[in-house]
Amino acid sequence: MEPLNVYAARLITTKEYFTPGHRACQGCAEALAVRLVAKALGRDVIVSAATGCMEIVSSNLPYTAWKVPWIHVAFENAAAVASGVEAGLKVLMRKGKLPKKKIYSLAMAGDGGTSDIGLQALSGALERGHNMLFVCYDNEAYMNTGIQRSSSTPYGAATTTSPAGKVIKGQTTWKKNVAEIAAAHSIPYVATACPSYPFDLMKKVKKGAEADGPAYIHILSVCPTGWRIPPDLSIRIGRLAVETGIFPLYEVENGKYNINFVPEKLRPVEDYLKPQGRFRHLTPEMIEKIQNRVNKEWEKLKAKAGLCE
Amino acid sequence: MGKRVGMEVSIGAAEAVKLARAECIAAYPITPQTHIVEHLSELVNNGELDAEFIPVESEHSAMSVCCGCSAVGARTFTCTSSQGMALMNEILFIVPAMRLPIVMILANRSLSSPLSIWNDHSDIMSIRDTGWIQLFAENGQEVVDHVLFAFKVAENPNVLLPVMINMDGFILSHVIEPIELPDQDVVDKFLPPYNPVQRLHPDHPITMGAFAIPDLFTETKKAQEEAIKSSFPYIIKAWDELGNTIGRYYNPIEKYKSEGKKILFITMGSFGETVMTAIDMMEEKGIDVGLIRIRLWRPFPEKEFLDAIKDADILIVIDRAITFGGMAGPVTTEIRSVLYHEENMPAVVGFICGLAGRDVTPKDYERMVEIAKEKVKKGKEKEYEIYGVRE
Ligand SMILES: Cc1ncc(C[n+]2csc(CCOP(=O)(O)OP(=O)(O)O)c2C)c(N)n1
Ligand code: SF4
Ligand SMILES: [Mg+2]
Repeated sequence: MEPLNVYAARLITTKEYFTPGHRACQGCAEALAVRLVAKALGRDVIVSAATGCMEIVSSNLPYTAWKVPWIHVAFENAAAVASGVEAGLKVLMRKGKLPKKKIYSLAMAGDGGTSDIGLQALSGALERGHNMLFVCYDNEAYMNTGIQRSSSTPYGAATTTSPAGKVIKGQTTWKKNVAEIAAAHSIPYVATACPSYPFDLMKKVKKGAEADGPAYIHILSVCPTGWRIPPDLSIRIGRLAVETGIFPLYEVENGKYNINFVPEKLRPVEDYLKPQGRFRHLTPEMIEKIQNRVNKEWEKLKAKAGLCE
Repeated sequence: MGKRVGMEVSIGAAEAVKLARAECIAAYPITPQTHIVEHLSELVNNGELDAEFIPVESEHSAMSVCCGCSAVGARTFTCTSSQGMALMNEILFIVPAMRLPIVMILANRSLSSPLSIWNDHSDIMSIRDTGWIQLFAENGQEVVDHVLFAFKVAENPNVLLPVMINMDGFILSHVIEPIELPDQDVVDKFLPPYNPVQRLHPDHPITMGAFAIPDLFTETKKAQEEAIKSSFPYIIKAWDELGNTIGRYYNPIEKYKSEGKKILFITMGSFGETVMTAIDMMEEKGIDVGLIRIRLWRPFPEKEFLDAIKDADILIVIDRAITFGGMAGPVTTEIRSVLYHEENMPAVVGFICGLAGRDVTPKDYERMVEIAKEKVKKGKEKEYEIYGVRE
């Protein structure tokens, strides 16, 4: 990663395509991520959005937060709609019915609209090779419907359908790794990102959009409401996710892995888990289990990136 | 004018899509629709049709891809049947609400379970209220003509609604019929390139598919209802234009030997042809029966229908689907509701028959006339009958 690890607003375009006035909660890093993605792509894009927080907060009829063309059809089909947008533009430009020019087709969905109900449409679109970018805004639960668990909810996290009960304490399964699933489609570009690292995020979005074929970017998007943290901690928590190795930032370019941020030593996962209300109930054993898992996954990733002896 | 050649109706349908110069086709195979998509992919891969063929991984995605294609302004076609239609159900409601002029052929097939690939109308009846303009074709030529017609209607800036052509599975899809494919220049004159009123494009950004609070939702739905109601005159006009172009004229309600008849059959789709044969046979025996075919199912041509049945005492309505737990088959129920305010209401006798491809012969229709007369005599016309069922 470049040494620009401080947010310097002046280094980013002042143009807004996802404009203020939307109704996201205070401190919503998903909205921040959406804003950065929109800035990175500029005006020449058509956005196909899945149902979820970002759709609901931005398109309250008759208002819209979108200054770029935007369509929402349903929850599970953003990848399919974006496939259609791409195919439609292609044929219309080929036939001379639209002036030839690069217009990005962007699909956006939450973790539910990506890793659960939207996985089939996503896989289909990646396999068919549409020239489109799919961005998953992963806030690790179905936030729009009231913080229910998804397959992207991390182990131990309390949600309204994986509550911290007396017997079963929160999510019992490990987070599904959709970036790896996307990479298994052998598409030209896959990356993970986090708005706590805005320059890294925007660079990846541009790369993904310019890739020759489908691209997938998985963005960890801190949700203060669902994660039970004060809104002013969003950026901090995002950084901790990366610094603990819980959410490594990496790219897979034409099959080649590259970790963008390799700390000399990972911080203990506890630093990340402790401030969050959704992990309040974790026992020391559970924290240890998470630590072991993170260490193992980190080594696996490093091996893929050729960083192991 | 093209000449009539024998071809499978599905092939004719695909050729019509080519004549319509469709630009995007997204579909997923399901019997009995398969031959349409297969032939379309052949046409695209052979360079005969300059379109994007998107071989999606499900029907849900088929209709979703179609939304994307249509929203950027491409002429868009898909087709499906039964289970496939059921899988795309969610999106079927969204398409007309977003005013996307997609054209779809539904090769009608029964819905599981038990699984059956054969023809009836249980699929279409389950999506009656999606907001699509819905037509029924009776033979192969009608399918071909109505593909061209459907794009004409759907893309009319005064309409902007999706159009669904119902075509009975196997009975139509898989038979070889003499079909006339109009010449390309004739079609081009009838159906100019699609010129969308608005489309998704960076030069004039719009937001499509926003959400509505309760305070606005009812108004958006009222607007949608207005849209389909007021599409009617444009549908009629498009049929006129089609007739003037290819010499075949169509109406929302078609009549056969119905003038002055006291007993009328009401059918939709391919069963009309067998009923005509039955009517001719009965005529020879001195049994006076006529036929009314409903071609346009949505928007329902109320006035034309009432006019067509005004002299009748008994309407025998043929349903090809069941409304479980309801009062009669879906078409029978609909007809009764259309008649409710009429002064001289005819008796309406409902028969459910031909489920999952079960044959209904002219003799059966003759028998239905007898049963219907009997029921009316006994004042029991309200009780519908699943014709020929073994109990
Ligand atoms: C087919 C269907 N099932 C369920 C829903 C209800 N629903 C709407 S948004 C949503 C959760 C969205 O979660 P996610 O994709 O993670 O996005 P987030 O709101 O968390 O950003 C659900 C379950 C729906 N709209 N459609
Ligand atoms: S619930 Fe979470 S993701 Fe949704 S708007 Fe609020 S903070 Fe953002
Ligand atoms: Mg979510």
